[in-house]
Amino acid sequence: MQNASSRIAIAGNPNSGKTTAFNRYTGARQHVGNYPGITVEKKEGTAHLDGIEVTLVDLPGTYSLTAYSLEEVVARRVLSEEHPGAVIDVVNSGVLERNLYLSVQLLEMGMPLVLALNMMDEARSQGININVERLSELTGLKCVPMVARKGEGLDDALRAAVELAKDTGGRVAPLEISYGTDVDLALKEMTPIIEEAKLMTDNYPARWLAMKYLERDEEIIRRAKKINPALSDKLKARADSLAAHLKTTIKSYPEAVIADYRYGWINSILKNGVVKGADDVAHDDRVAFSDRVDSVVTHKIIGPLILFTILYLMYYVTIEVGAIPNEWVANFFDWLGGVVGDSLGDGPLKSLITDGVIAGVGGVLGFVPLIMIMFLFIAVLEDSGYMARVAYIMDRVFRFFGLHGASIMPFIISGGIAGGCAVPGVMATRTLRSPKERLATILTVPFMTCGAKIPVFLLFVSIFFDAHRPLVMFGITLCGWAAALLVARALRSTLIKGAPTPFVMELPPYRYPTFSGVVIHTWERTWQYIKKAGTVILAISILIWAAMTFPSPTADEEKVFDDQRAAVASSHEAGAITDEAYDEQISAIDNQDMQQHLIHSVAGRLGTSLETITSPAGFNWQTNIALIGGVAAKEVVISTLGTAYSLGNVDADEDTTLADSIRNDPHWTIANAVSLMVFTLLYSPCFVTLMVIKQETARWRWLFFSLFFNLAFAMIMAIIVFQILA
Amino acid sequence: MADIPTTLRSLKKGQKAVIRNITADGEMGRRIRDMGLVPGIQIQCMGRAPLKDPVALRLLGFTLTLRNREADFIDVQAVGA
Repeated sequence: MQNASSRIAIAGNPNSGKTTAFNRYTGARQHVGNYPGITVEKKEGTAHLDGIEVTLVDLPGTYSLTAYSLEEVVARRVLSEEHPGAVIDVVNSGVLERNLYLSVQLLEMGMPLVLALNMMDEARSQGININVERLSELTGLKCVPMVARKGEGLDDALRAAVELAKDTGGRVAPLEISYGTDVDLALKEMTPIIEEAKLMTDNYPARWLAMKYLERDEEIIRRAKKINPALSDKLKARADSLAAHLKTTIKSYPEAVIADYRYGWINSILKNGVVKGADDVAHDDRVAFSDRVDSVVTHKIIGPLILFTILYLMYYVTIEVGAIPNEWVANFFDWLGGVVGDSLGDGPLKSLITDGVIAGVGGVLGFVPLIMIMFLFIAVLEDSGYMARVAYIMDRVFRFFGLHGASIMPFIISGGIAGGCAVPGVMATRTLRSPKERLATILTVPFMTCGAKIPVFLLFVSIFFDAHRPLVMFGITLCGWAAALLVARALRSTLIKGAPTPFVMELPPYRYPTFSGVVIHTWERTWQYIKKAGTVILAISILIWAAMTFPSPTADEEKVFDDQRAAVASSHEAGAITDEAYDEQISAIDNQDMQQHLIHSVAGRLGTSLETITSPAGFNWQTNIALIGGVAAKEVVISTLGTAYSLGNVDADEDTTLADSIRNDPHWTIANAVSLMVFTLLYSPCFVTLMVIKQETARWRWLFFSLFFNLAFAMIMAIIVFQILA
Repeated sequence: MADIPTTLRSLKKGQKAVIRNITADGEMGRRIRDMGLVPGIQIQCMGRAPLKDPVALRLLGFTLTLRNREADFIDVQAVGA
């Protein structure tokens, strides 16, 4: 078993430099995972100090330890149930008062604490003078000045924490401060009852549990109720009577009174000779610099202009520059497919390995350059402090649709400007801290015009709207936005109902992102994608391949083509036709052969049998098969359509034969084309996106929802459009 | 230099005020207090987003933004003129 003293947790507010400290301690020796069932990241790493190895747990950044957010619930559980030996509480020295609010709560839980006063240099330049010894004396805590960015004070803090862990064994007497006579009285009554019944007291101090009842902490009350319902009801009744009493006497709430007293306790310490510094004097420091930047960046007119420029640049670089390494990856897998294909004989095995495995894995890894570039940008925008401004500027618009100001980023990346990709788009929602808004964003970004849908639009626009190409393409992009925002609105008033998550957010001062921070951030997220998406998608690509390959036509059916080939060959040998005519006729037969294969396969049969359902939308069986293939990856729609029209493998960009066939096919009218475009825009996300949705929501149900809801929604919209136009 | 009771919503850019009372409870009240907005704290309005909402405030040495919807639960008293 691991020695408790060698496990140290790092706690702190967001923007306190906690992650910088963690990265400094552990370097690349980090392990990132998710807590089971939720999307909060679990980060662990090892640090070396004086020849011993210390395991560090990076808690999610939180302002408090109430059950306000998943991050807070997770932080609390790790502290109480994983029993770290000690906690390094990283505080931003420039904002000591608010940062200590978390520290007080850590002390209330009985955690052995080392206070790491980070960003001491910045505080000093702001004219804030902190008397570290005095703070130590008044709180009884080991306080260590720190500048995590420069690596100052890190070893001191860790050494203090390791020693503290050895001395205390991971628990100290919880801090007991007064919360006023009424609250104190209630706590005094409740604490012994909890102790006597041993209600969750293995992991939590009794007085703390009592306080959670007073604060109406849903998580603790729910868990306690499961263990001892009678006692829980009793405690709850006492809490209710206190709440009623406070309401009538001072028109306040227990949790408000408790918070006031916590701040009071902090203030009494800080004012007792700890902090000296003028609050109102303007200094030429980081905060003043940030204010000057903000006066431009959040300006009424210039602000949105800068925002859209940055978003456009980011989108452009991610998608356009990302396409270059993307193509290398694609070429590599094409090459690999060719080499492996040549070494294998024709037959199902070759098809499985080249078309199923290599194409499938290549499809997943093809996204990696896009994802890396996108996360690189996001890391820079987040670490610099600009992301918070994006949310600030856009919030009013997105709130109307039940979303969050920060939703704009995923929308743009997914194809808010035509040509994005929903895979990095869904992953970009990690910057949203409001769970409902985040889920609504994840479920609606696939409606955007991603790069793989574009060839479908281009094909039909060039056939039916050649004179108005840019206008129609722009219109399609707007349709994507309209669908996403309206569905988001609908979801937020039905399935993901509920008042907006309170938008109370820090606008951190601007900073230069650290290189190592950005690189670590980018890499860990990219790796998670490769690991998770890679394994499942491989299996799914094999399935899809099988559905489009088996069952094969019978030997008799195949014989028809073989006979035709033989006939052409003999007339060629006899000199009746030219070489050119021979090639042409053989490839025509090959194409018909491929078409036969497709029709015969499970996917083909499904497409044909679905014709009755899809005919109100104007889809023929060729369209159906192509759209079924498109669930694997939207890139496949055009090439499958080509095969279904017995044109062989069609290259969407160059080939005009498909366009000609469609133009000459009496089936295709403007109504069919528009209906198909609407359907392509809205229907099920591709499998990679679906897997990422599962990964990001930690629920299979949202994968299936995206699959079936989007299919139904797209079908209905396509039918409406077709019936109106036809 | 009269202290005028006012709402956070009507605070102008650059104007300072002291928080008198927080009338929210539950999740929103908790969130507001967690961020340091408690009675007696001095705040300064730093500006508003381009569409007038949310509002940015300076308190305790950092900048905070909240929607008008949340701001309406905070009673303030303007300081100075």
